[in-house]
Amino acid sequence: MTQPRPEVLQKLTPVLTKRWLSPDAWQIGVYERLDGYLALRKALDVHPDDLIQLVKDSGLRGRGGAGFPTGLKWGFIPQGDGKPHYLVINADEGEPGTCKDLPLMTYDPHSLVEGAIIASYAIRANRAFIYIRGEAVHAARRLRHAVDEAYKAGYLGKNILGSGFDLDLVVHSGAGAYICGEETALLDSLEGFRGQPRLRPPFPAIAGLYASPTVVNNVGTIASVPYVILGGADWWKSMGTEKSAGPMIYSLSGRVVNPGQYECGLGITLRELIELAGGMQPGHNLKFWTPGGSSTPMLTAEHIDTPMDFEGVAAAGSILGTTAMQIFSDQDCPVYNTWRWLEFYHHESCGKCTPCREGNYWMVRTYRRILTGHGTLADLDTLQDTADNIFGRSFCGLGDGAATPVVSTLKWFRDDYLGYIEGRTAPRLSEKTLVGAH
Amino acid sequence: MTDVAKKADTVTLTIDGIEVTAQKGELVIRVAERMGVAIPRFCDHPLLAPAGACRQCLVEVEGQRKPVASCTQTVAEGMVVKTQLSSPVAAKAQAGVMELLLINHPLDCPTCDKGGECPLQNQAMSTGRADSRFVEPKREYEKPIHISSQVLLDRERCILCQRCTRFSEEIAGDKFIDLMDRSSGEQINVYRDDFFGGEGTGDGQVGEGEGDVPFNSYFSGNTIQICPVGALTSDQYRFRARPFDLVSTPTTCEHCAGGCSLRADHRRGKVLRRLAGDDPAVNEEWNCDKGRWGFRYTTASDRIMTPLVRDAVTGQLREASWSEALLAAAEGLKAAQERGVGVLPGGRLTVEDAYAYAKFARIVLGTNDVDFRARPIRATASPVTTTEEADFLAAAVAGITDVTYEAVENASSVLIVGLEPEEEAAILFLRLRKGHLKKKLKVTAVSPYLSRGFEKLGAALVAAVPGDEARLLNTDPAVAGALSAPGSILIVGERLATVPGGLSAAAALAERTGARLVWVPRRAGDRGALDTGCLPNLLPGGRPVTDESARAELSLAWGTEPGALPGTPGRDIDQIVAAAADGTLGALLVGGVDPADLADPVLAEQALDAVPFLVSLEMRQSAVTRRADVVLPIAPAVEKAGTYLNWEGRLRSFDAVLPSTAMTDGRVLEAIAALLDVTLGTGDVSAIRRELGALPAAAARPAAPATAPVETAQLGEHEAVLATWNQAIDLGSLQDGDEALAGTARPSVARIGKALAESLGVIDGDLITVSTDRGGVTLPAAITDLPPAVVWVPTNSPGSTVRRNLGVTAGAVVRLQAGVPGPILAEGAAL
Repeated sequence: MTQPRPEVLQKLTPVLTKRWLSPDAWQIGVYERLDGYLALRKALDVHPDDLIQLVKDSGLRGRGGAGFPTGLKWGFIPQGDGKPHYLVINADEGEPGTCKDLPLMTYDPHSLVEGAIIASYAIRANRAFIYIRGEAVHAARRLRHAVDEAYKAGYLGKNILGSGFDLDLVVHSGAGAYICGEETALLDSLEGFRGQPRLRPPFPAIAGLYASPTVVNNVGTIASVPYVILGGADWWKSMGTEKSAGPMIYSLSGRVVNPGQYECGLGITLRELIELAGGMQPGHNLKFWTPGGSSTPMLTAEHIDTPMDFEGVAAAGSILGTTAMQIFSDQDCPVYNTWRWLEFYHHESCGKCTPCREGNYWMVRTYRRILTGHGTLADLDTLQDTADNIFGRSFCGLGDGAATPVVSTLKWFRDDYLGYIEGRTAPRLSEKTLVGAH
Repeated sequence: MTDVAKKADTVTLTIDGIEVTAQKGELVIRVAERMGVAIPRFCDHPLLAPAGACRQCLVEVEGQRKPVASCTQTVAEGMVVKTQLSSPVAAKAQAGVMELLLINHPLDCPTCDKGGECPLQNQAMSTGRADSRFVEPKREYEKPIHISSQVLLDRERCILCQRCTRFSEEIAGDKFIDLMDRSSGEQINVYRDDFFGGEGTGDGQVGEGEGDVPFNSYFSGNTIQICPVGALTSDQYRFRARPFDLVSTPTTCEHCAGGCSLRADHRRGKVLRRLAGDDPAVNEEWNCDKGRWGFRYTTASDRIMTPLVRDAVTGQLREASWSEALLAAAEGLKAAQERGVGVLPGGRLTVEDAYAYAKFARIVLGTNDVDFRARPIRATASPVTTTEEADFLAAAVAGITDVTYEAVENASSVLIVGLEPEEEAAILFLRLRKGHLKKKLKVTAVSPYLSRGFEKLGAALVAAVPGDEARLLNTDPAVAGALSAPGSILIVGERLATVPGGLSAAAALAERTGARLVWVPRRAGDRGALDTGCLPNLLPGGRPVTDESARAELSLAWGTEPGALPGTPGRDIDQIVAAAADGTLGALLVGGVDPADLADPVLAEQALDAVPFLVSLEMRQSAVTRRADVVLPIAPAVEKAGTYLNWEGRLRSFDAVLPSTAMTDGRVLEAIAALLDVTLGTGDVSAIRRELGALPAAAARPAAPATAPVETAQLGEHEAVLATWNQAIDLGSLQDGDEALAGTARPSVARIGKALAESLGVIDGDLITVSTDRGGVTLPAAITDLPPAVVWVPTNSPGSTVRRNLGVTAGAVVRLQAGVPGPILAEGAAL
């Protein structure tokens, strides 16, 4: 393991992660001692419209993957419409490789609660929901505890801190479906229906939860809000790049010495992040990696100096996504990895639309066949064509995400496929995987 | 429409290079279709909300990064759309989706019922590849599963377009069929215990696990019709025919007063299936399961094919020639004329046949003793001299056609009394639901309880003890409030006749509030019989028999002697039955009437036994034919042309579906008349239609009745007021012959309120016995939010034939008792 150089270490900007190493920061007393709920007091003295403006000015963009400007999204909520408004926080973190929200909710849950109160106040919602991934029991427990503490301390409930503002915050555990991270499927699931994406328009800002104006934001987005309030827009913009302002939690996994979360200003490069993570594991050379989870087009060693902000990654032909960087080396097989991901997407496809439901079924089986040594050259064309028939044809982004690693690996690593087909590479799967149709 | 308004409502776009103007909000797929560009599709259905699920209809829209689903994309000004005809991207996207749809489809077209009329098959030909690249194993499921007794599901054929689940949720409101599981294992199914970890039988069949919930809907057949593949089939039709061997004939449903347009598919003289016809003004594209599957009664083994006469020597019915039987009927009727002949045509006739009865009674028999109403027409306790309903029908219904399905859908508010739409007028129910969901129609029900049907209409309930409806209509502020908005409609069902003062109160309420009033009977022929004069007080066209000028007008049209038409109102059905039972009446001429449907079946059968001469015009053996002196077989609806007048007063004409030698009632009556030297002129439907069309419009109509309500009865201990109506699928004889259909009936239960249940010491599912001096019915209790001393049982369902077993109708006082009746009650039962 190599120590990062000081100039690279300086790039760490712990903002959202700053309390994670403080013992018991998940308890309200500790949180309050560490500047907790100061931003809320400040925010409640300000007119909600000014808060929205502040968030707009800060350049805060959604941390869930799409990077939509947060202040703009809040501004879409029609005010004075006589309807209830809702804030829904997407904590259904399920993208393979992504692990930024769950540690945040585990180690610093109050920052999310505080952000939720401020955001609700800004959009004039009296009820907010945190939809948390069902498997994340530990994080949900911490979060529920934090919500209870906030109620007891008067940060939630009626007339918060004497401001006249009321808010109820509900922590709702999902039932284990990746699709429920898609915001409209999340809303359906929250309403008690089968989690499948809704037709848009109408968009959630007009008819979201219970057909009322709703803001759906990622955990990281909402947890950023108290810092924006306390530090101000200019301070926030002092981190990151011009169009991608602020700090970002990068989740590094795979062939690095110290996998984990590294919070840096947007625009850092993978080279620097690997250095922060102690370098590549001994004997491993970077071969390919995902910039933001498995749904984002793969990048290779040649992209190691790409600035990791929304624009930089887009210029390299991929998407920043959830900044979940899965790092693979020359000892990893891109074909095998793609199959693993596809099994995930196949399992998680909600079934609503044909391309995703049937296309994944087909591709998974083709991969199983290739990896058992039964692939043919024609399979590569069929895979490419099937991926093309899914990408941009499915109802929501899940299908696009599934097709992405197929297209990427066929583009960068065709020879690895040919290895299995031509018998140069030993089969990775046993024949048993070919039995059965489900 | 002014030019300005028109401009604001339309947009101009380009599809495949052709400029086209469309309504704002219209879907691209519809506009393309209108201009002749057929975009393939599966999940899209014009009467369902857009889903965008199957992705088959992808097109290219300029400026959009990805192909868009034309079934969800609304038009916009200046939009440039390229379909598969002009865009390689769209063509490739569609071909790709089609290939994906087919990878897991069994391609068992040669043995699939849908083969030959299958959208998947057709569009696979137009959009698919010749050969599949798919070499992996296909998904398999056990096949088929019964999701109800009638509907079968082959899941491996399903392409998961969700038309069935969307129909059930959006249109019928019966969400008993839904998507389950996910990914490639996603499937349509019903709630099955074993599927969700319950005990079930594990053999995949629904209804065998204790907690299973079948596809419980009166509209389930529509899902089969709109299924774009062969995944949903019916027990009745499965494996019985190939579509290309069938001849399709449009027709009209003979079951209820809805007047649905149907398509009957037949082969070699036999109807194999019926489908909902497409009539936007009436049934849109839907129908109910009774109309779809209730047609096998015409091929029942007890169908009468030749005339029968009672042999003077043996006293038994024997087959006879038409000439012998007609002569016997003519002579018998003539001989009885002096003492009087009652005519009971029943409520199932076409307009043409009903007219024949009305005319036959007047000019052959010289009587007004004719009544189509084969049901209770007054409260059990009311004296048979009351004529409230007949007066109401004359004043407020006959000849009036101003309330339509469309009017109901677009009304601001409706008040429903004496009618349970889902059970008694299924398509009206669907239209009410559409109005409720899409146009904010407010529904208020005056009924003993908020049924599942009323819940689906979002109805407000004005809880009524049966018999008390008249008082509520007169005085309840919620009732008047429900009709206070302009454009309100008051819908009264035929059952309101059993409430003293009910119809009077309804007419007065409509008058008072300005609401339009419409009367909804239960049978297909009721309204036609009313308008053609099958009532003791009305001549054809709603002319009062007491109106001399009306009689003179009719005499002229019919070519009878002036003054030949009887001028005093005749006897109604109860009075005719009573007169026959006490031996006053000389003969009865009975059409499609089942004594079990009458207020007192036992008395009706006594009347049939007692009357000296009985002529029956029937299709199948019945309680009437068995007692008749002459039985003349007549044609079922499927074998004749005719017209039904539905509850709207809309003419629903149809031609014969099947060629047949069977004669209509009108032709038989004409033949009898001819033997009595009267030219009836009812042997040919076109002749009757001409004659009816030539009748001058009726003059002034009489005033509505003003019968006062009566006080509701005092109840003793363990007594309750009876509420009852027919369930849509019950023991009705037109539903005979299809066990799978009967299996979809709702179970017979006795509904009682919580307090009553407690006082009887019963809980849900315990047996209770409802009895009168006549007898009793024993059914499982269903605790329902009913007024304190009311019990509801189905009128004519298995285990609950109210009229025969109890001898009373709604509003009567009955006794309640927990458990099965002891020997004393069983002895008293007139079974």
